[in-house]
Amino acid sequence: MHDDHVHPSPSGEHVEADGQWAFGTGFEDPLYGADTTVPDGIDGAELASCCVLLADDALIAAQRLAQWCTNAPELEEELALANIGLDLLGQARHLYARAGRADGTGRGEDAYAYFRDPAEFRNVRLVELPNGDYAFSVVRLLVFATWRLELFTRLTDTPDPVLAAIASKSIKELDYHRSYAAQWVVRLGDGTAESRLRAQRALDEVAPHLGELFTPHEHLRVDVASVRAETTAIVSRVLDTAGLVLPITESATGGGRDGLHTEHLPALLAELQSVARADPQATW
Amino acid sequence: MSTTPVGARRARRVAEQSTDPELPMLTLADLGVLRDVDIDDDGTVTATLTPTYSGCPAMAEMRADVTRRLHEAGFPEVRIRTRLDPPWTTDWITPRGRRLLAEHGIAPPGPVSRQTAGPVPLLLSTAPPAARCPQCGSVDTEETSRFSGTACKALWRCRTCREPFEYFKEI
Repeated sequence: MHDDHVHPSPSGEHVEADGQWAFGTGFEDPLYGADTTVPDGIDGAELASCCVLLADDALIAAQRLAQWCTNAPELEEELALANIGLDLLGQARHLYARAGRADGTGRGEDAYAYFRDPAEFRNVRLVELPNGDYAFSVVRLLVFATWRLELFTRLTDTPDPVLAAIASKSIKELDYHRSYAAQWVVRLGDGTAESRLRAQRALDEVAPHLGELFTPHEHLRVDVASVRAETTAIVSRVLDTAGLVLPITESATGGGRDGLHTEHLPALLAELQSVARADPQATW
Repeated sequence: MSTTPVGARRARRVAEQSTDPELPMLTLADLGVLRDVDIDDDGTVTATLTPTYSGCPAMAEMRADVTRRLHEAGFPEVRIRTRLDPPWTTDWITPRGRRLLAEHGIAPPGPVSRQTAGPVPLLLSTAPPAARCPQCGSVDTEETSRFSGTACKALWRCRTCREPFEYFKEI
């Protein structure tokens, strides 16, 4: 490649940029050359923690979407799910890059994605649940995209200009994701008896995981009450159109933000991380 | 290396010739991805790029291509900066870029609507305004999928000439 840019390897020593995993040989930092100075008055470690939990949500959601490749009901839906996953992977990459600069460790995205264990991941449990059928995946995507769009809208004026810029960029993508999922939820809910049954079953399965999305967290400084109100209002509007009902569930599940995950995350990570861990120094 | 404005203008002209690896008919200037080209007193050229989509895998290729072209044009010191803010929008695609897209069978984007400021635009039944078929020019067209082979495009078909085509969607 054209430069001598170096990244810290997971084991700590520096390796050439060509030796990284994310896109194989030639991979570069997505915040390449951007001004990533942490402004005065911002705690770098806290900022990094915030970026990691937002990145983990996106990475795990992206991995689930990627698992639809070769399995989606139609070619068009396969393209859509893969594209949405790619957007989320891109958001995760920017956020991991921000985190590594903010906390001063200089860790790159590979260190976060491939060399942390399940208990170190901070994603909400909703994203790690298995894909189920297509109805489950689009119902989950509707909730996830709506919620993330609300979160990121509020982060566009967060004090860190890099995180604010990542949020501004992401909301344009999330708007497409939400729109895609909303159209399919309406089509399924308002479709055949079978599609309606499956969409309602998906909602029943997603409902217990909603509470975690709206639980305040010390590293995510947003107005959770307004995120909950907006997210619920938008999802309800889609469900009304679809003729579906969001069950009233007092959810007790949660803990993903503190590393307490379902049994599904270790299996997902084992697949995601196995090649990188088999030979951390490999290049191609 | 010359540090006069002539040098900066020449460096910009060189950098502007870089093309998008996914849309090779478009230069980075056509796309609006090349935000700035500066040259400082010691001759170091700094080119500032902005990504189209967060996950666009073409960014590394674009950075490498801009650097290579500047090196070949006699600028030994080249720095690439990434700028995320303001986020890229299809409104930055130039008229020439739009014409080239259409000539290559990709319907160019319309203006980005600002409807996100109002009530939630769920687009439950309405597709974006009809794209003009790049093959036959008909506006009797329909969206078949809002996603296509790359993040920036949607799949459409023309009801008049029956041909499918790609549409560069607004963002």
